[in-house]
Amino acid sequence: MSTNEWPLWEVFIRSKQGLNHKHVGSLRAADADMALQNARDVYTRRSEGISIWVVPSALIVASDPADSDAYFEPSESKVYRHPTFYELPDGIEHM
Amino acid sequence: MMNATYKFLLRLGDDSLILGQRLAELCGHGPILEEDIALTNIALDLIGQATNIYTYAAAVEGKGSDADALAFLRLEHQYYNAVLVEQPNGNFADTIVRQFFFDAFRTLLFEKLLSSSDKQLAAIAEKSLKETRYHLKHSSEWLIRLGDGTALSHERAQMAIYELWRYTDELFYMDEVEQDLLNEGVITDIAALKSEWMTNISVVLNQATLTLPENQGFFGAGRKGRHSEHMGFILAQLQYMQRAYPNMQW
Amino acid sequence: MEAVTQEQLAEKFQAKIDADIKIEPNDWMPDSYRKTLIRQISQHAHSEVVGMLPEGNWITRAPSLRRKAVLLAKVQDEAGHGLYLYSATETLGVSREDTIDDLHAGKVKYSSIFNYPTLSWADIGAIGWLVDGAAIMNQVALCRTSYGPYARAMVKICKEESFHQRQGYEILTTLMNGTEAQREMAQDAMNRFWWPALMMFGPSDAESKHTEQSMRWRIKRYTNDELRQSFVDATVPQAELIGLKVPDPNLKWNESSGHYEFGDIDWDEFWQVVNGNGPCNKERIETRIKAKADGEWVREAALAHAKKMQSQ
Repeated sequence: MSTNEWPLWEVFIRSKQGLNHKHVGSLRAADADMALQNARDVYTRRSEGISIWVVPSALIVASDPADSDAYFEPSESKVYRHPTFYELPDGIEHM
Repeated sequence: MMNATYKFLLRLGDDSLILGQRLAELCGHGPILEEDIALTNIALDLIGQATNIYTYAAAVEGKGSDADALAFLRLEHQYYNAVLVEQPNGNFADTIVRQFFFDAFRTLLFEKLLSSSDKQLAAIAEKSLKETRYHLKHSSEWLIRLGDGTALSHERAQMAIYELWRYTDELFYMDEVEQDLLNEGVITDIAALKSEWMTNISVVLNQATLTLPENQGFFGAGRKGRHSEHMGFILAQLQYMQRAYPNMQW
Repeated sequence: MEAVTQEQLAEKFQAKIDADIKIEPNDWMPDSYRKTLIRQISQHAHSEVVGMLPEGNWITRAPSLRRKAVLLAKVQDEAGHGLYLYSATETLGVSREDTIDDLHAGKVKYSSIFNYPTLSWADIGAIGWLVDGAAIMNQVALCRTSYGPYARAMVKICKEESFHQRQGYEILTTLMNGTEAQREMAQDAMNRFWWPALMMFGPSDAESKHTEQSMRWRIKRYTNDELRQSFVDATVPQAELIGLKVPDPNLKWNESSGHYEFGDIDWDEFWQVVNGNGPCNKERIETRIKAKADGEWVREAALAHAKKMQSQ
């Protein structure tokens, strides 16, 4: 994995007044300004939104899936198991 | 004066068309997918502007021409874009610097044209200004990232400025065409835009830790239809279909 | 609570699939389900991105301002679709960059239709009509795929895709209503793209080793042959309407089955192109490798700048 991969951001769009922001997907950006501009370019090309929120994916804290049988790793608190959400100690190269 | 309006519109439209054409070459080759989308978006806006401007120009000319005829069928010496927009895309820094100089100029120009005595031109300016401000935000932010990024990106951005600076003077060119229109209140004093432009670009350049070279003279005359050697090749691609298959519907 | 076995997890998982309950990113899933999806979704994403190249080839030569603008918008859409799909892939625990490196190393593929060159303006029409048409058929079916993020990406893509097919068909209609030179151009494009479009649906069901498992996991909702037949049935009348000849001497309407019979696909050509020997395989990948390599310093600069801003 290259060290120059831009961080992942989740995008939320409010498509019109009165509605909540809805999660529409993710994109890569180096900083918040870029994330907002990219979100506008990618997710509102057909005027699909009047308000955009972007959040670094790694900052989102997620609950466990609602399934009460709980057959999964309970330590899962990230939105999804993405390799870049986990910090590795220096010196680990091939994980 | 009608002739002056027509000529001015061609200058304005040709800038949009040729720069849009250059950006279109980058499709599928951008440094990251998100940036491919951003650049194509700008290209699309510019082609749209060119279409609006040429449509009005054809109406002003009053000879039954249309936007496509103006875009595709003139000879090289009949295009009046500034030589800046013909310059090759080069590396990403070259593309961004070219864009930045242009966007900063067009933002000012359209702002001033909002109060044109020519209502149609004012309407074109209003529509284009929103897009242009967005383009300027994009090119400014990128110039700062490159200028104040790594040593390599700084060097490339600086080189791009040294290369492209000489072409910027032509943006502020005024001759009898603009003089007439200035007298009628159709356009603003374009030459006078230069000092505000210098102020604005300096703010961004400072943040980008980039410097401007000494002013060099440059004998460019795109506004008079005398272009760089790039123009012929740009037109060869642009006009190919219309020349190879003349007088057909597409 | 007693310990849960892998078997029980797998059973619960399959029960969800059978009940058409969507699987979401943090849900338990068999490793092979995850791997299959990563492969399929990333290949789909790569296809969108590589697909920008044959069409992007003609933007600077589009014959009118409107065609230029529409083509720019279409190719931009494709980039966006690639993004939606990379976004879905990443929810499965891989990074976009790793999947792209796999593409560049030849470990995963993209739709082989994009290994054919665009040689005339009419090809742009043929791609919109036939290639996007085939893609739509596939994508509409995938709107009900079992993995949530993939299904949602498909819904989004399908909304935008019908504009693509319509603009392609409109290009060809205009040509067929034009001069003889234009009609020849259109027919020539048809002759070159018809069979590769049929090949987009993949090997025949008998030869497709992954189909059964993919159907069981409802990743796939219809088989290759089913989709291919639907495509032929829908598209032949469209060709006839504007006077384009389908380059298949064995094409015949079968009244009793209610479907078109069509000739045999040249599977030799199919496998050659899939395995890297098509007309443009080399150039497509090299172009993408170059774009990534040329962009490295740019991506690095943006990160460096962001770090500087953060530490201020």
